[in-house]
Amino acid sequence: MENIIQINQLIKRFPIGKGEFTALKGINLTFGTGEFAGLIGPSGSGKTTLLNIIGSLDMPTEGEAIVLGKPISKLSAKESAKLRKESLGFIFQSYNLLQVHTVFENVEFPLLLLDYTTSERKKMVMDALEWVGLTDKVKSKPPQLSGGECQRVAIARAMVKKPSLVLADEPTANLDAANSHNILQTMLNLNRELKTTFIFATHDEKVIGYLKRKIFLKDGLVDHEEWIKK
Amino acid sequence: MPILIVAVGVAMSVFLHAYITGLMNDSIEMNAKLSFGHVKVVTKSFAENISQMPTDLALLETTALKEKLSKEFPEVAWVERIQFGGLIDAPDENGETKSQGPAIGIGIDLLSAPTGRGGETERMGMAKSLVRGRLPENKGEILLSELFSQKLGVNPGDKITLIGSTMNGAMSYYNFFLAGTLSFGVQVMDKGTIVADIEDVRLALDMEDAATEITGFFGSGYFSADLAADVKEKFVSNFPNPENDEYSPVMLSLKDQGSMGQFVDLSNTMGAIITFVFMLAMSLVLWNAGLLGGIRRYGEFGIRLAMGEEKKHVYRTLVYESVMIGIAGSVVGTAFGLFFAWLLQTYGLNLGDSMKGSSMMMPTIIRARITPVDFYIGFLPGIVSTVIGAMLAGVGIYKRKTSQLFKELEA
Repeated sequence: MENIIQINQLIKRFPIGKGEFTALKGINLTFGTGEFAGLIGPSGSGKTTLLNIIGSLDMPTEGEAIVLGKPISKLSAKESAKLRKESLGFIFQSYNLLQVHTVFENVEFPLLLLDYTTSERKKMVMDALEWVGLTDKVKSKPPQLSGGECQRVAIARAMVKKPSLVLADEPTANLDAANSHNILQTMLNLNRELKTTFIFATHDEKVIGYLKRKIFLKDGLVDHEEWIKK
Repeated sequence: MPILIVAVGVAMSVFLHAYITGLMNDSIEMNAKLSFGHVKVVTKSFAENISQMPTDLALLETTALKEKLSKEFPEVAWVERIQFGGLIDAPDENGETKSQGPAIGIGIDLLSAPTGRGGETERMGMAKSLVRGRLPENKGEILLSELFSQKLGVNPGDKITLIGSTMNGAMSYYNFFLAGTLSFGVQVMDKGTIVADIEDVRLALDMEDAATEITGFFGSGYFSADLAADVKEKFVSNFPNPENDEYSPVMLSLKDQGSMGQFVDLSNTMGAIITFVFMLAMSLVLWNAGLLGGIRRYGEFGIRLAMGEEKKHVYRTLVYESVMIGIAGSVVGTAFGLFFAWLLQTYGLNLGDSMKGSSMMMPTIIRARITPVDFYIGFLPGIVSTVIGAMLAGVGIYKRKTSQLFKELEA
């Protein structure tokens, strides 16, 4: 299995008043292609901070995170944007769909930043909506959808460009059990079919049950790991 | 929604500017039409005693003078007028005095002047001002202000007598039939004004081919201090004024008469100040709306950045959008502002009841006036403020880390 993420002695500090808060205290991790892994831990354990750095939304204070061969700390803003645009997908706790746009437009949005023709975009959007079972909702707008449907749109948006890596921060936090399982099964299927790497930040037992690799964080450090053979 | 906010702000700006312009101009034009003209020619002595309206100092050979003025200044509509004072006597059925009252009289060309531009009845708004009866159609007919007619107890069709003095100083008595009554919408005039055909007044006051003034009105229908100054300068060079000839014609512009100069200047200054203050306030409102609109979208920016859009591109699109919103809002707002201003310009707002007892010559019907400025004035707050607001809001995209924008999104 090829490594797509390599994290070496990663430290992240945030200024708080005149002092500093160390969120990550020296993380060492590697992730391979097609993993379905989760960063698990209570609030303040550093899982979202780590996910943000992997997603090049934030910079390490010390150490390095090499994502798809790119050292995050050395990337310019433009290079970070290019990495996210071409290779990363994000799924958020609160879906974060553009409320005034239709389902189709929301899913199409990442493709507008890439050089696809209109017909290519249309096909890719319809494929993504088929993966998540929402082809009948193309013209709906987010306020007309249920929470589960919104998160499926968010998954379609994250997956539409077939990224190498999808980062999901508490994706089921706002969903009931049935919808959570539905969503997780969808992501698991996509992981199997497209070999996309999924990394979750979660403390939800429902999510943890689906993970093939569980990385437990505690106070900014990796406490222990579990590999599940399924 | 942002377009609506901009449109409302712009519409209010355009409407207010037209309203203020109209309000200020209405008073000026009301005074011009009823009394001062935009420019007027009188004798030198009459000009010096203008408040007394001395008919003995009237212009002579006015037909020729008016023709000469029309030839020299074709852009100005010239009309002869006689302003005079007198006493109106209303007799009872036995011919004895029933009531009397002092009156300010205006002799204008009621019977031969065409309607439209140059027509005195049109200019004075006689048809609109008519309360009872009709406008004079024959010689010997007169109009009274409605309040004055009520005070005298006379009705259309009644006979009344003007008691005055001729321009030679003799007493004069002249009988008229009351054709109708008028409400000028100007309290000071509604109290005791009579309007008669100038030829009747000439007969009554023995003023053959004479008039107290030849009044000029600009083709635009509005007073222009610059144009008045030009006309006056040309008049001075074309009509020499010998120092010892007290009957030689002199030209007065509207600003030269009474306190109209101060009033015009004050109107212009007040209009500019009010417009500036309102435009500033509206600019701040729209600037703030643009700012808040941008700040509210930080979450969206976070999403877009997460998807790989560059900060520069997000900022640029934010500014482009604000320009589009500004233009669309300004166009819609200007259209609505002009529409409401047109309504007020056409139909007016009658404030007569709240101005009862006023001794100032102020119009009781408030009207807007649409000027070329109204077609673009709203674009200043509409576009500039909205764009500046969005630009300031967009600075946050650079000031904040992407992950921070995310936190605001998640909040």
